[in-house]
Amino acid sequence: MADIKYTDDHEYLSIEGDVATVGITKHAQEQLGDVVFVELPEVGKAVAKGDEAAVVESVKAAAEVYAPVSGEVVEANGDLEGNPGLVNEDPEGGAWFMKIKISDKSELDGMMDADGYAKFVAEQG
Amino acid sequence: MSPGGGASVNQKGKAVAHGADSSETLLQTPLFELHTELGGKMVPFAGYEMPVQYPLGVLNEHLHTRNKAGLFDVSHMGQAFLSGPDHETTAAALEALVPGEITKLGLGRMRYTMFLNDEGGILDDLMVTRSVAPEDDGRLMLVVNAACKDADYAHMQAKLPDSVKLTAVEDRALLALQGPAASSVMAKWCPQATDMGFMTASSTQFDGIDCHVSRCGYTGEDGYEISVATDKADQIARTLLSHDDVEMIGLGARDSLRLEAGLCLYGHDIDDTTSPVEADLVWSMSKRRREEGGFPGTERIQRELRDGPGRVRVGIKPEGRAPAREGTEIVDEGGNRIGVVTSGGFGPSAEGPVAMGYVQSAHAAPDTGIGLMVRGEARPAHVAQMPIVPHRYYRKPK
Repeated sequence: MADIKYTDDHEYLSIEGDVATVGITKHAQEQLGDVVFVELPEVGKAVAKGDEAAVVESVKAAAEVYAPVSGEVVEANGDLEGNPGLVNEDPEGGAWFMKIKISDKSELDGMMDADGYAKFVAEQG
Repeated sequence: MSPGGGASVNQKGKAVAHGADSSETLLQTPLFELHTELGGKMVPFAGYEMPVQYPLGVLNEHLHTRNKAGLFDVSHMGQAFLSGPDHETTAAALEALVPGEITKLGLGRMRYTMFLNDEGGILDDLMVTRSVAPEDDGRLMLVVNAACKDADYAHMQAKLPDSVKLTAVEDRALLALQGPAASSVMAKWCPQATDMGFMTASSTQFDGIDCHVSRCGYTGEDGYEISVATDKADQIARTLLSHDDVEMIGLGARDSLRLEAGLCLYGHDIDDTTSPVEADLVWSMSKRRREEGGFPGTERIQRELRDGPGRVRVGIKPEGRAPAREGTEIVDEGGNRIGVVTSGGFGPSAEGPVAMGYVQSAHAAPDTGIGLMVRGEARPAHVAQMPIVPHRYYRKPK
């Protein structure tokens, strides 16, 4: 069973073994509005925690998706390029952005669980 | 995830008097209660708390306006009257500040023009209406941008002759109804409006309420603007929204609609450095005014008309799917910088990214290949004829 973590950049990581499936949260896509464009990283790309790894754009704004952990991009969700609206429909399911093979699991320390993230969102208003 | 460059809806004008965090000073329009009741997401805009979108979302609000009719609250814009002894006097006074043909403006007709500084740069763009009623002779109604209104009024006060008086109208709201169904919607409560030509105005009644209706807008669609007493605005808005074809539309869709229609947003596509010639707004000047001059910056504008401007505003169609936002650098095929994007995003009706910006004149012909520097990479695009989505203004049968 996957372990789900959340970052304060409104991204989620679904961790199975040493691979994290990364996407943006339901709250993040609501803030962004109708998603019309997604740009994904190349498979095989090495990313460091905090790097701009992908781009998600709505009608009115562009946003970066950061690599929440360091590692190697092992898969990118090509479905999003043809159907960016999936990010609004199923953000925490079918609309994951990338899978990263985690190089240092200690980077997960301090990330929020679902309850912690719900509180974080509520506090942000 | 975090919003990058070009986040949030374009702010009209950079001259907003308030800092981003001074929410306590934000003004509200007479429809504020309605916006919040409808779930509008309120953002600071030109000193007002305005709805950027409703639960329908920017994409569907945009498409609804193109397919049926959208209702916009534009009460933040500045409404003002210029009053003089007769039309000739008032028109001449305004013509000293703008390059548009005002003297020959007919009764009940309206015109788009712009205030210019002494260097021919654009201080603001505005709509000028001559009342249809003969008893109003000598009076012009102006609608100016919210972010510029204080500066515009000060500019006029300083320049107008004593015989022409400026009155800022603070007790009226302004609603816009835009889209192919606008006329059939108006037919229900203001039948007179269906017979009005594009860019004409009339004092009339909407469902028994006195108002001033003009057939114009900022979306490229047929539509109306309704100027009405502040305390009646909510009633008119709710009446319009009771029609199945009408949805409330926020600033997000207003921006994407006007972008597809090739219409300028002040502070972005035009500002105090751009001339009307560079901005491709020469159509708004009559032959007489081009030749006679008599507006601020005449020397520069006549020179640019004669020799061509160094840069010009063009439409831009990216060839890929990536939107190019405001500030994106434009390069030629050799990678040399030739201009900059001034508005850009996704066009829901164009079904892809759209933009406008300034390029060196040598690159301004439609279909010229250009590159847009998005995230460090030159993305292929071409200069596109504006409007990118054709205008569908109402033309009265002869």
